Amino acid sequence: MSEAERANLLLQIYYYMRLTRAMEDRTRTLFLQGRIVGGVYTAQGHEATTVGAAMTLRDGDCIVPQHRDLGMHLVRGVSPRAVMCQWLARGNAPTLGRDGQLHIGDMHHGVVPMISMLGESLPVACGVALVMKMRRRSTIVLATCGDGATSTGAFHEALNFAAVQRLPVVFVIENNGYAYSTPTSKQFAIEQLSQRALAYGMPGESVDGNDVLAVMEVVGRAVDHARSGQGPALVECRTFRVRGHSEADKADYVPSALREEWLARDPIRRFEEYLTAQGLLTAESRREIESRVRAVVDDAVAFAEASPLPDPATVGDYVFAPDGPIAIVGEPGATDPRYVNALDTRTGRPFCTMSQVEEAVTRL
Amino acid sequence: MTAVTYLEAISQAIREEMRRDESVFLLGEDVGTYGGAFKVSAGFLEEFGPERVIDTPMSETAIIGSAVGAALMGMRPIAEMQYIDFITCGFDQIVNMACKMYWRSGIPLPLVIRGPTGGGTHGGPFHSASPEAWFFHTPGIKVVMPATTYDAKGLLKAAIRDNNPVLYLEHKLLYRLPELREELPAEDYIVPLGKAIIRRYGRHMTILTYGAMVHQCLRAAEQLAAEDGLAVEVVDLRSLTPLDRETIKESVKRTNKVLIVHEDTLTGGVGAELAALLAEELFDYLDGPIMRVAAPDAPYPYAPSLEMAYLPGVERIVAVARQLAAY
Ligand SMILES: Cc1ncc(C[n+]2csc(CCOP(=O)(O)OP(=O)(O)O)c2C)c(N)n1
Ligand SMILES: [Mg+2]
Repeated sequence: MSEAERANLLLQIYYYMRLTRAMEDRTRTLFLQGRIVGGVYTAQGHEATTVGAAMTLRDGDCIVPQHRDLGMHLVRGVSPRAVMCQWLARGNAPTLGRDGQLHIGDMHHGVVPMISMLGESLPVACGVALVMKMRRRSTIVLATCGDGATSTGAFHEALNFAAVQRLPVVFVIENNGYAYSTPTSKQFAIEQLSQRALAYGMPGESVDGNDVLAVMEVVGRAVDHARSGQGPALVECRTFRVRGHSEADKADYVPSALREEWLARDPIRRFEEYLTAQGLLTAESRREIESRVRAVVDDAVAFAEASPLPDPATVGDYVFAPDGPIAIVGEPGATDPRYVNALDTRTGRPFCTMSQVEEAVTRL
Repeated sequence: MTAVTYLEAISQAIREEMRRDESVFLLGEDVGTYGGAFKVSAGFLEEFGPERVIDTPMSETAIIGSAVGAALMGMRPIAEMQYIDFITCGFDQIVNMACKMYWRSGIPLPLVIRGPTGGGTHGGPFHSASPEAWFFHTPGIKVVMPATTYDAKGLLKAAIRDNNPVLYLEHKLLYRLPELREELPAEDYIVPLGKAIIRRYGRHMTILTYGAMVHQCLRAAEQLAAEDGLAVEVVDLRSLTPLDRETIKESVKRTNKVLIVHEDTLTGGVGAELAALLAEELFDYLDGPIMRVAAPDAPYPYAPSLEMAYLPGVERIVAVARQLAAY
């Protein structure tokens, strides 16, 4: 990679971190204005983990993200408009208003839709990886979960299954110190969650989840391992949930000194300092990125607000998929409209989660 | 051509579908090397190899969950529960992950979950389950229960070809029952999901039933014909979801009396919904109360004497049918 390419890549990472934060800040405002209803989960402080981990992937790889992984969605090409339509429960949202939050996905672009039951996506990630293995592909699956979700049976079944089957999966644990109000001391009795890896027979590493370049290096190593056919790997990204569990949670159970300590390690500010010291980020380029971010967020919100609400007459619809041939995702021709899974058969249009998937951006 | 058992019909269906379509594969505990706890997949590993006949760890969540993941990719996995009782260990993967997938995301999920169902084999409380009502109640999954060898094969093929999650409940009491041996068509066939069949015609009452109870009901109908001169119609629902409301209503309009029989427990069972449907839609046609024969509202017992008392059988069906006929 040339110096210029490297500089470009670093600024791209910075852009995605800023976009993630800005999308969430706007989501919070919309929630406080009463325009978004229900639970709103954001991930201030996770940006180095979510953006960094996703930056290690290539075309054809698949993410299996959870509720705080907006950064992954954006890096992998999920459209900010789709995200805002989803939050605002519009009729043209990826779930057509059936579901909310980041519960969106599109297999043709390698995003598995999550459900609220945390941990349950990990066995599904194994199934996606199983097919990649069967089809002799060199693609991998990157699946995430929180520290709380590591205590579910699904987590353990998935890690064991992946190890036994030598599946190309990277499990990323986003350890942010809390599961709602439950601190990690009440969640598990080991020092580092990466130690779990030993029990399943896979490599495990812990990394400073607020250092985007460190995340890329460690997750990148795990991705290489999985891609080379040696089976799954586990990475614990150690970060912190500096806001409440949801936007309705004051989180007064978190000691303020602890929160302050982590706020001081804000991943965006750290990366900014690094970029500035390297002479890669100037006041001018920073302003340019900020205005680009603002324009994207403004556009997404405006688009969503102008979008129609779901039609109540459709409330009983879409329970079952229609008959017809199904393509194996990722094979040539899989998006031919004759396949039931090529387009969104509910609307007859392409799945609407994607703008475009960024090209492979892996290693630094 | 030789007559095959209900179990062999299931085995044939899976084998033929795996030969026909490379996206079909089987995963579950002991399905490979051992050929399955009941030998449904005996010989499969040799024919299809370990990537399409996958011996899994003892992890129902991982089995069903990875079947969901594979189905998202466009494969047609068949997830075997060693006994259907263990489906509860993967419940969330079914009701939250699989059943809501297409509805939420537009991504079809062609997936079959199957396993040995039902009682009468001294299996006790954890190896005798009839779990259909939980899933019958859950939108987004089709539920089928074959009663005959022909249907066992045809319904399973239809289930595998369907683009949605299908729960295929095979009754293990029927697996090797000699009287269910049947010569099956040499050519490919399916039994469409959502189509009931009238197993015996009659004008005095309709019995709505499914699964192994079909055979108890047919025996009861014979006895009622011989001893009481009653012509009892027996409708085998075959599919619970989609439910063949047309066939049910057409039959009841002719007979004007309904008895519902299932092996599962009474309260909140499939029969409750059938009764509600008929009360709502055919009230004017009914010449007697809608009656039900089902297991008592208690867990499935082990001791043979208790099991006998628990399972609905010919005697109880005949007794209740006589009460109904008296209206
Ligand atoms: C299986 C399950 N149980 C309970 C909940 C309710 N719940 C929502 S978020 C949450 C805490 C999750 O903590 P963690 O896995 O650490 O993720 P984080 O929110 O900290 O990112 C809980 C208990 C859930 N979503 N899923
Ligand atoms: Mg947490």
